[in-house]
Amino acid sequence: MSAILPLRIDRVGYTAGGKNLVDGIDATLEAGSRTVILGPNGAGKSLTLRLCHGLIRPTSGTIVWRRPAAETRHRQAMVFQRPIMLRRSAAANIDYALALAGVPRRQRRERIEDALAQTRLSELADRPARVLSIGEQQRLALARVWALQVEIVFLDEPTASLDPGATRAVEAIVNAMDAAGTKIVMTTHDMGQARRMADEILFLHRGRLIERAPAEEFFAQPRTHQARAFVRGELLPD
Amino acid sequence: MSDVPAAFASALALVFGLDGELGRIVLLSLRVSLSAVVIASAIGLPLGALLAVYRFPGRRVVIVAINSMMGLPPVVVGLVVYLMLSRSGPFGVFGLLFTPTAMIIAQSILLTPLIAALARQLVEDMWAEYEEQLRSLGAGPGRALWTLLWDGRFSLLTAVLAGFGRAIAEVGAVMIVGGNIDKVTRVMTTAIALETSKGDLALALGLGIILIALALAINATAFSINLVLRARAA
Repeated sequence: MSAILPLRIDRVGYTAGGKNLVDGIDATLEAGSRTVILGPNGAGKSLTLRLCHGLIRPTSGTIVWRRPAAETRHRQAMVFQRPIMLRRSAAANIDYALALAGVPRRQRRERIEDALAQTRLSELADRPARVLSIGEQQRLALARVWALQVEIVFLDEPTASLDPGATRAVEAIVNAMDAAGTKIVMTTHDMGQARRMADEILFLHRGRLIERAPAEEFFAQPRTHQARAFVRGELLPD
Repeated sequence: MSDVPAAFASALALVFGLDGELGRIVLLSLRVSLSAVVIASAIGLPLGALLAVYRFPGRRVVIVAINSMMGLPPVVVGLVVYLMLSRSGPFGVFGLLFTPTAMIIAQSILLTPLIAALARQLVEDMWAEYEEQLRSLGAGPGRALWTLLWDGRFSLLTAVLAGFGRAIAEVGAVMIVGGNIDKVTRVMTTAIALETSKGDLALALGLGIILIALALAINATAFSINLVLRARAA
């Protein structure tokens, strides 16, 4: 199976209610690094992820994978800000995703156990997913992605509703995914997290991609005044 | 109100006398209404889920239509089914008029919009939560529908019970298409209507007490089973 990456985002725009929420974004996402999409609230970060993942269609421009779109569905995954769990056990939630991805029943059990172990949820395997704490649910969402063995995962502010302990656990799992070869694309508005997690930064402001740079370079010498202000922790004017 | 103690007395007499006639009436009531609930659920639950999930032109019109059909007058449904099944009607050849089957058909028609409308509301709320995740995992429309019905099964039982409540209490439709024939199509509600018109109020009221007790027992049973399963389910 040949790779679906790189992903080309070609002048992608999304307009709703007469507003350009995402405005002509041009970028290429390559395998092997952690890309962090950074920007203030309302910059279009979540929309950009959803456009890339195919949950919404761009109103202009195109999203182009290296393989035909039909082949990409089960080789990419997304983790949402608020984890969405089906009304069944933790293990069954993973099993459901594997079944949809067409993984044969015989292979599922091993993958589920492995994913639960990776996210340290093994003891909670049989618990109803929706009674788990929000931090555990987010780890389960990551376990679901882990079991799917995707090439690329989009994470939409995965720690925004979590406390520091749960945030640390999520970041560790994301790093383990990266080490295992999964491309990471994550949004955040948290500077500290961007510094900890990013190899590459895409800085969005008002729907536009205004700066793209390797992480050290971005934090040392932001080129635009908006990025400079954001890195210094100032509030950006609208 | 001297009828009330007499009603309880006659209810007790009916129950503990193990009256064969009463047993037949109760069993037919249950058979007709439970069959109608099963049929209406088999159609109404998927239909409601379909309306919750799919966006198509005219969807709102269909939803408004189904919502208003929740309150279909049973006598009108009975009349229409009567016309369909009568000797000169399009389905007259089957000879179903004045049979329990005709009563089941009429009640199924009565319950389907009710169950579909309630199911649509429940599934729509769930879909709002699940949609992005299911689409992200690559669930096609059929799979999404089945997932919603399965995951919502405990809440959807409420819609089914509402349907049963309407069926077991219904008199107009079963009276018209069944004809309240002794030993053939007489059910609890038509028997009550008959005894009332004959002036045997105590017997009518006694039957009424049994009817209510029956509905209560079935709802309580369903509710307890639901509680146990929900606690055990994931």
